[in-house]
Order: sequence, then structure tokens, then C-alpha cells
Amino acid sequence: MKTPKHSLPSRPRRRLLAGLLALPAVLALSTPSFAAPPTSEVNTSGLAVTEDTVKVGILHSITGTMAISEIGSVQAEKLAIEQINAQGGVLGRQIEYVQEDGASDWPTFAEKARKLLRQDDVAAIFGCWTSASRKAVLPVIEQFNGMLYYPTFYEGLEQSPNVIYTGQEATQQILAGIDWAVKEKGAKTFYLLGSDYIWPRTSNKIARIHIEKKGLKVVGEEYYPLGHTQFNSVINKIKLRKPDVIFASVVGGSNVAFYKQMKAAGVDLTEEDPLLLTISVTEDEIRGIGGENVEGVYASMKYFQSLDNLNNKEFVAAFKERWGDDMVIGDVTQAAYLGPWLWKAAVEKAGSFDVDKIREASPGIEFKKAPEGYVRIHENHHLWSKTRIGVAQTNGQYKVVHETKDLMEPDPFPEGYK
Amino acid sequence: MKTNSPLQWLTSREGIYYLLLALLLLVVLPLTLDAFRLNMVGKYLTYAFAAIGLVMCWGKAGILSLGQGVFFGLGGYCMAMFLKLEASTPEATSNQSTPGIPDFMDWNQITELPGFWQPFHSFSFTLIAVIAVPVLLAFIIGVAMFKRRVGGVYFAIITQAIAAILTILIIGQQGLTGGVNGITDLQTLMGWNIRTDAAKTTLYFVCVGLLFVSLLVARQVQNAKLGRILVAMRDQETRVRFSGYDVASFKVFVFCLAAGLAGIGGALFTLQVGFMSPSFVGIVPSIEMVVFCALGGRYSLLGGVYGALLVNAAKSGFSESFPELWPYAMGALFIGVVLAFPNGLAGLYERYIMPLEKRLPVIGKYLDKDSPEPQAPPVVSDQLSAEKS
Amino acid sequence: MFADYSSTELMSIFAMQGFAGLSLFSVFVLMAMGLAIIFGQMGVINMAHGEFMILGAYTTYLTSQFFQNVIPELFAASFFFAMVLAFLVSGALGAFIEWAMVRHLYRRPLDTLLATWGLSLILQQAYRSIFGAREVGVDLPDWMMGAFNVTDFVQLPINGLFVMVIALSIALAVYLLMYRSGWGKKVRAVVQNRPMAEAVGINTAGVDRATFALGCGIAGVAGSAFTMIGSTGPSSGQAYIVDTFLVVVFGGAQSLIGTIVSAFGISQAQSTMEFFLSGSMAKVLTLLVVVGILMLRPEGLMALKVRR
Repeated sequence: MKTPKHSLPSRPRRRLLAGLLALPAVLALSTPSFAAPPTSEVNTSGLAVTEDTVKVGILHSITGTMAISEIGSVQAEKLAIEQINAQGGVLGRQIEYVQEDGASDWPTFAEKARKLLRQDDVAAIFGCWTSASRKAVLPVIEQFNGMLYYPTFYEGLEQSPNVIYTGQEATQQILAGIDWAVKEKGAKTFYLLGSDYIWPRTSNKIARIHIEKKGLKVVGEEYYPLGHTQFNSVINKIKLRKPDVIFASVVGGSNVAFYKQMKAAGVDLTEEDPLLLTISVTEDEIRGIGGENVEGVYASMKYFQSLDNLNNKEFVAAFKERWGDDMVIGDVTQAAYLGPWLWKAAVEKAGSFDVDKIREASPGIEFKKAPEGYVRIHENHHLWSKTRIGVAQTNGQYKVVHETKDLMEPDPFPEGYK
Repeated sequence: MKTNSPLQWLTSREGIYYLLLALLLLVVLPLTLDAFRLNMVGKYLTYAFAAIGLVMCWGKAGILSLGQGVFFGLGGYCMAMFLKLEASTPEATSNQSTPGIPDFMDWNQITELPGFWQPFHSFSFTLIAVIAVPVLLAFIIGVAMFKRRVGGVYFAIITQAIAAILTILIIGQQGLTGGVNGITDLQTLMGWNIRTDAAKTTLYFVCVGLLFVSLLVARQVQNAKLGRILVAMRDQETRVRFSGYDVASFKVFVFCLAAGLAGIGGALFTLQVGFMSPSFVGIVPSIEMVVFCALGGRYSLLGGVYGALLVNAAKSGFSESFPELWPYAMGALFIGVVLAFPNGLAGLYERYIMPLEKRLPVIGKYLDKDSPEPQAPPVVSDQLSAEKS
Repeated sequence: MFADYSSTELMSIFAMQGFAGLSLFSVFVLMAMGLAIIFGQMGVINMAHGEFMILGAYTTYLTSQFFQNVIPELFAASFFFAMVLAFLVSGALGAFIEWAMVRHLYRRPLDTLLATWGLSLILQQAYRSIFGAREVGVDLPDWMMGAFNVTDFVQLPINGLFVMVIALSIALAVYLLMYRSGWGKKVRAVVQNRPMAEAVGINTAGVDRATFALGCGIAGVAGSAFTMIGSTGPSSGQAYIVDTFLVVVFGGAQSLIGTIVSAFGISQAQSTMEFFLSGSMAKVLTLLVVVGILMLRPEGLMALKVRR
């Protein structure tokens, strides 16, 4: 399984390769006819690379409570890998994946990450979803010098040399969303509501700082345990405080209860009084909630399935062809799709599968075929990306109503936190 | 059990079982497994502590606690707090707005180390707390419940509710406890890097050593008069009470013992895995611990150890090959254990393997010379009628 | 906190809050009724109770899909069919489980806990394999959406009222069945003294099976009703299990009235505290109070006085 660790790569050739491959056009063009460099050159750290294959890991929960959310990411990652293989693979090698189940259990994630890195010697891991699973895996990845592509929008406050964060960190999602609500909708008062764990709490803190800096007011902040299904009391509190905007980061099954009860309590979200701005409801979640219950909800995300561009149309078509016509694609699914592509680009730029070289090569990597448009890896390992505001329709899709002009710079350690 | 000297004990049937387990854990596994797998076995063994506690508490004394995860978690959190403080030196956390406090506190705008964290700077305090905190909580719960003769199903459900309460509390008080992520990124113990393979192997042996200490303590309790009273209490509580024994105190004692053992397991878990999170406190891990104990044989101390090892090994193995089938297998295991062999592996062993041993030429005769003490009552105790009597 | 509001606004808020408490109450009653029969009357700790509820929810989902696609003109009435079906499906599975598993364990109540926990793992994974890991949304007929506007501020959600009506009818039906029918007498006879019941010619095995199936069937109806207010996913049932057991135990396991009283107490406490505290803390405090009271009064609020 392991390839010999001796024999140094010949430098000039690698640089030539790297130069060639950095050309964006080559991204889509590297075909099998492209002569594959010998394994001894592209793998000096004992990874599972042979003359014609390279092994990567997929590590998500496919059982347990988180399977609901993580299945989409698995599907997107497999799709990307298959597409890359169809185009000739990476450095002339077909990608093979080892899939492990994190089982919605954080130590299992750590254990499986260890297994992937130590037994399977994978060149990269695409995986994790919740912050807790990432935190559990992080020490393992750093200890054994692996590379993790993490797809979820998350709370920030982290920047590991061994992780590429393909989702948004908190400020990318929140700041643009609040600015939009203030500017376009004249919002003055906000009610912050979330599930009780680190991402909503951190997100709401960032939101509160941003809101108060503008001289506006937060009239309530509230958290419910994960899986909570009774929101009548908080709906009454919202009615009492009459905020202009409810800023919601409720996750999982609680969402279904929350929106159904909002609707039942006579709050018509399409009237935008109050306006509901969420950072947690993607198209995936709407399937469970029901389109008619979220009509009029605004979401601040970087990707919506309805994005009108050529890349996205191809992506959506390919995804549906591979996984079925009734599939919907949410923000995280798209971010997961970016992982294998960004890794491929970094490998080709570095001319090597070695993690150290990929890390060095990663900043500045761009992916022009991204369904969300265009992304680029920042020095801090997060992505430059645009933020969009969409309004939910009864058919379960978002209609994009606003898009930031420029790419938002990722800022995992925002002011007031460091 | 007339053996007095340790040597005599070791050559008795029971002693040989212990020797075999020691041989397996100290020689066979370390020689056959690589550091990664050995560390996994070490992790499974930490659950064995909780399982031993449950054998004492549930098997021997008939008290089913669905809250062992609480004690496991408390022990683990005590250790994690110490390690986290050690990792959060002012130098290592210099990029925080308040250097010197754990990173998650800084993210939650806490600017001063909370009071209850302070003592965990001291390692000796931590070692005491790992046992004392779970035992104290168990004592409070035990006194409140057993003095009022709450038992059986009610006790199980109340301990389950306590597990739910503690989980919500830990998750809700994110600034003080690390919330749902738990306390992560633990690196060194008194300057000793616990992440290296060598350290993990050392910790494995420490874990095995403590496991045997715990087994022997539990065995001592079981074989003393105290143990007899516990069993009597399980089978006929009223008669024991009428014989003048303070039933509640015995129950409190064995519940505290189980809690202390779970606490030690939790602390070792933190050391070997490198983090602690509320997912070990809740309802699911608590029930799983009961299953380890039930599968191994709820009346047998060694059975508990094997149960923890086997269920976890099966879980890892099965979920690597057939992740989607794992829950079915686990579920079937639960049902199968309860319906088909309620005395677990130990019961199967006594019923099927032991008679075979006697037929073996030399060993059989040797083993036969001290007839085994029956571990389980002939029929599974009728707990319902015991409660109602 | 109330200074800025007019008295009518305050009155309406309190009315709405009272209604919130009542709808939580009906949720608790629905959850607990089935368990009160299975656990309270039969002594079986059914940890798979939540999964029986979710089975009802999935049945409702399939029924509403069927109506939408095949006979859309009858969609408005689909929910009633769905509830009956949910009752039958969950009840049938319950009868099967009783036959295959539970009947061997009546003498070992703590073991039923383990076996049914195993069952719940299997059912969850089965739902995941059949319906997918994602949550499904159940479309409601139009007449169930929306709210009665009592005043400008006070809106009573129709589906909330509907759940309440179902909860109360089921509670009433169970009460009549258990305390006012010959069959109920048999059930109680078996529960209180199995050998004597057998001696007077009651078919205890049959009574057991029917009782267990009834409890599971009611769980199915509860699940069906919850599709209106909550989510339906493979592991949604887990969220209910602790609350459900606490409601039953708190009420005094063998008393149906006790279950209702305790559901009322816990729901009012929780919804009041939620209004003044954050959601998580309200939950912790409610559970603590319940556990505290149980320590003082282990037999629950309404203990059935029987000589044993």
C-alpha cells in the first residue's frame, strides 16, 4: 500500500508542471493523455498513491441524528470526485474514496479520522459538518498532518493550517445580511433567535456587535435546546417586542416546528412585519419544513440552487442526474462540492500530493467553475465568496433578491473577538 | 471461596480467569495491535469501568441506573478542565483578548476564570475530584431516593432525567463548559505530551492497571458480607430490611461505588481521546453502558469488561464495513441479549463452555477441584415481584 | 418589561401565552396517553414509544401523498383517514412486537427497557433506509392552516386547536375504555393481579396484546397529529422520550388522571418559565422541579392505592 518515501522529486519538472496547471483553462482540460508523473515524485510522505490511483477519505455521518444534514454533502463530494475522474483524475491518477461514518458522534469522528490518516493514508479528507465534529477531528488532523476540506458555514474563530474551510465563516453570512436588511428594508430593531450551541451563539454575538455599532437595537436574544419543538412562548415574546427583523439561526428538526408554529400563530412572513432573516435554512431544510410554511423568509447565504449562471445550471443538472430528480441542493452541499475541486487544483499547482506542498499552494487557488460563481482561497484558508439574499418561494426554492457587489473577504477572527 | 493467600487465589478457577484477562490485555493485544488500534482498545476499556460499576449496582444490588453517563462525564470533565487549564497558558493563548483562560471562554467574552475552575490548576485536587465529584452527586441522589424507597423503574427514569438535565445545562452554559463542542484540544499532562503514540500506549497500560485495581476492589466488596447483603437485598429487599439492615445505606454505598468507578473511567477516557463533550453525559451513552454490562453478563465483573470490549470492537468493525447496517446489528444485539441469554456472555459460558471443560483430560480435572461459585441466580430474579412485595 | 404596553396588549399576550401553555399541554397528553397505558398499566418501559409515534407520522405523510397524487378532490379529508391508518399501523406493529418480544419479558420490567431500546435503534435505521435521512414535510389541507382572529392581537391557530381536540378526545376515549367498559375492567384486573385474573377465566395473553397494541396505536395517532406542529425525521421520536416518561412518572404511573394533571402542571410551568427565561434554562428548571418533587413524593402526584 505504502509507496517508498525516498527519491526526491526533480525540481524543475515540478515547477513546469505547476506552472502549466495553474492555468485555469487546464483545470477543465487535464485529460488522460496527459502523462502522469511518477509516484515517487508526487508523493514523498507515504500517502496511498499508486501509479494510477490516489486515495481520499469522505467522513460524514450517514447514521444518527446528523445524517439528515450530512447526506447532501456526501453526495456532492462523490459527484465531484466522479466528475474529476471522468476528466482524467488528478495528476493522471483516478481518485478512490474511502467512506467512513461519523455516526453523529464526535469521538467516532476523531477515531475515523485517525483511521483514515494512519491506516488508509488518504491524501485528503472531505468531511465533518457540525462544529463539534470538526473540533474533535482537528487535533488528529494536525497531529498526523492531514488535509481536511470542511464544507459547513460555521462560527469562525479558527484557522488551522490543515483545514480548508469551503463554507462561510460567520461574518461573511451575517454582516451582508444585516446591512441589506438595514439599507433595503429600513430595519431598526432585531430579535435574535437560535438553537443552543456555539454557532448560533457566536453568530448572534457578531450580529449584535454589528447592529449596535450602527446605533440600532437588539430587542431580544433567545436560545432553545437542539431538537426543541415548542416555540409558542417565543412567538408571543416576538409579538410583544415587535422587532423589525427576526434573525434566526435555529437548526435541524426545530426549524420545522418553529416555522409551522409561526404560520399557525398568524404571523404571515410574506408581509415582512416582522421580516425573518435566517442563516440556517437552506433548500435542504425547506423540504422538511414545507415551502408554504417558509414563504417570504429571507436567507443570507452564498449559494442558492436557483442561481442563474452557467456553472450552476450544469452542476444542478449533473447532481440531479446522479442522485435523482427530486434532489434539492443547499448552501452546504454546494460548498462540499467545491472541496474535491479545490484540492485537485492545489495538487496540480503543487505538482504533488504531499500535504505540506498543498498547504503552501492553496492560498490564491481559484475555481472558476464553482456553481456559486467564482471562489478563491484566502491566505487564512477560508474562501473569498459573494453573499446573496434570497427570499423563499412556495416551491421550496429561493429567489435571489440581492448579491454583494464584490467577493466578501473571510474574517474568521472579527473585531471584538480577538 | 476458601482461598486465603494471593497465590492460592491465582491458581483457583476465578484466579485463572483474571490471569487470562491480564494476559489478553497486557500481552496479547499490545503485541498484536498497532498503536492506533491499541489506543482504541484503551478507549473501550474506559467504558469497562462504568460496566464494572453497573455490575455491582445493577447485577448485584438490583439498582438500574440510566445515569452512569453523568458520572462518567463528570469524571471526564474534571480531568478535561485540568488539561485545558494546562493548555491555556498565557503564552499559548496570547492572541486572545484575555490570555490565560481557555479559548472557548474568550470566545464567549468571559474575561476571568470562573471560581469553580480555579482549583483545577492543581493536579492532586483534580485526581481527588475525578472520584469525589461523581461520588458526591451519587450520594445526594442516592440519599434522596433510597431513603424514600424509590427503586426499580422509577429510579431508572429519574436518573435518565438527570442525564438529560446535565446535558442541557452543559450545552447551555457554553462560556463555562465549552458547550456542545465540549472541552477540546487537550495536549499535555504535567508537560507530558499525551498525543504521541508512546504516550497513548503508556496510558493504555495505566488504564489496564487501574482496571484491575477496580476489579479487585469490586471483587472484595462482592465477596465480603456486604456483597451478600446486596444480593439478598436484590432478591428479597423486605426480608433484609426486617432482618434489621438499613437497606437504603447499602444502596447508597453501592451507587456511590458505581459512580466513582464511572468517574475514573471518564477521566481515563479524556486522557486517551483528548477531549470531553456533553455527548458522553447524555441518555444514549448511559444506556449503552448498561448494554455493555448486560451483554457481558450483568452478574459477572469480568463479563462487564468483556462486554465493553466486544460491543465497542463490534461497533468499530461493523461500522467500518457496513455503516448502514450497524444500527440493525446493535439493536438486534440488545434484543437478543435480553430475550435469548439474559445472563449475557458469562451466563452462556457457564452453561455451555464449563461443562465442556470438565471433559478436558488434565485441565478439566484441575479446574473441577474447586467448583465454581454460581454467579447468577438460577432464574433471572423476579424484579417486579420484588418491587411489589 | 411590561411598562411600554397598553393593558389590552398585555391581556392579549397573556391570553396567547395561556393558549401556548394549553397547546403544550395537549402535546404532552397525546405523548403520554399511550405510554400511560403501556408503562403505567402494564409496567413495560417502552423506550421505542417515540418511534411508534414517528411511524404514525410517516403513515400520515404517505397518506397525504397518496391523496394528493391519486384523489386530490378528497385531500381536505385526508387527515382523518391518515389518523385512523396511523392508529392501525402503529397498533399492528405494537401487537406484533408484543407477541415477538414483550410478552417474554413481563416478569422483568427493566429488561423491557433494553429490548425496546434496541427496537428503537432498529426502527430508526429502518425509517432512514425507507424514507431517507432527510426530514419529510406533510402537506396540510388548507382548512387546517391559519388562525382564528379573536381580536387584533389574539390569534388561535387552527391546527393547535385541532391537536387540542384530538388530545382531549383520546384522553376521554381512553378513560371510558379503561374505567367504564368491561374490557377495561379486565385490563385492570390483569394489571393488579395476574394469577387471580387468570383464575377467573380472563385470557391474560389476549388482554396484554390488545393493551399494548392500543398504547402503540395511540402513539401513532399522536405522531400523526404532531406532523402539524413538528418535524418528521428518522430520529425525531428521540426528542420526546424523556419528557413523555417524566409526565407519566410524575403523574403517578398507574393513574390516568394523574397523567393528565401532571401534563397540565409541567406544560404550564414550562411555558410560563419560557416566557420569562431563556428556552434552555426554562427546560432545565422544569426538569429539576419535576425530579425534585419526585424525590419528595416518589409515587407521583396521584398514587393508586392498592394493597399488594
